[in-house]
Amino acid sequence: MQWGSLENFLSMGGYGFYVWGSYLVCAGVIVAEIWALRQRRRAALTEAGRMAAAGRTA
Amino acid sequence: MSSVTTSPGFSLFRYAAPNVFYPLAGRMVPLFAVLAAVLAAIGLYVGFFMAPTDAQQGDSYRIIYIHVPSAWMAMFLYLTMAFWAGVGLVFNTRLSSMMAQAIAPTGALMAFISLWTGALWGRPTWGAYWVWDARLTSTLILLFLYLGFIALQAAIDDQRRADKAGAVLALVGVINVPIIYFSVKWWNTLHQGASVKPGSSSMADIMLTGMLLMVFAFWTYAIAAVLARLRTIILERERRAQWVLDARERGTL
Repeated sequence: MQWGSLENFLSMGGYGFYVWGSYLVCAGVIVAEIWALRQRRRAALTEAGRMAAAGRTA
Repeated sequence: MSSVTTSPGFSLFRYAAPNVFYPLAGRMVPLFAVLAAVLAAIGLYVGFFMAPTDAQQGDSYRIIYIHVPSAWMAMFLYLTMAFWAGVGLVFNTRLSSMMAQAIAPTGALMAFISLWTGALWGRPTWGAYWVWDARLTSTLILLFLYLGFIALQAAIDDQRRADKAGAVLALVGVINVPIIYFSVKWWNTLHQGASVKPGSSSMADIMLTGMLLMVFAFWTYAIAAVLARLRTIILERERRAQWVLDARERGTL
């Protein structure tokens, strides 16, 4: 293992702020997109259910 | 019901019908999502534990494993979005316009990641988070084109008109993609030239391997995200259709 310790790995040769700042934000926006996709799908399913209920009473 | 969906035998056009594509996309989403996770795990392992520290840039260069894939995907997704928007505009095919609408948010996300990681890479390498350089400025315009496409579609209530207006914007904006790609050649920019070109590469093999694995990870992730969004868009637009009611009854929605 080239890093030797967790500390060395996290410090990224002094560039830790830039490297982890990139990776954390990248992971964050991807998680946010997946969450938004889930929410939008749930809303669409609810709406489809409302349509079906309206169709039965009509 | 159009005749293509009821004709016997295999036909690629069959899948152009939203009701046929919906369950197909549903099977593809988890497949590509798992593929993306596996590729990212291997790519990050290669990038952080097998690839050595760069002789010139130290470990700051490791941003490349997400910077280049997101920048490539931002450009590629834009071309794909404009293509499907154009097909929808010319042939009036419903699914094509839905595909364009499904691609835009993921494309914007990729453009944002490339700009953000570029800024954090630029600071230690050039001494500045941002410069008004040709490559950076044209990529910022790409992000604005995505956001403009999303906003324009959202602002128009009539879906067919929204699709048409969005398609025109998307097609006009295509001019920006070759400008981004060739900006490092055409102008004197701070941004470095392409390290990877068809047929040649100036990177060490192990670094290139890690980067390409991450490119495929981003690619498969984008496919999964776009198809998942496409399914929701189909549902939103076709919620009154009989097939949606039927699928809902069967519990396969």
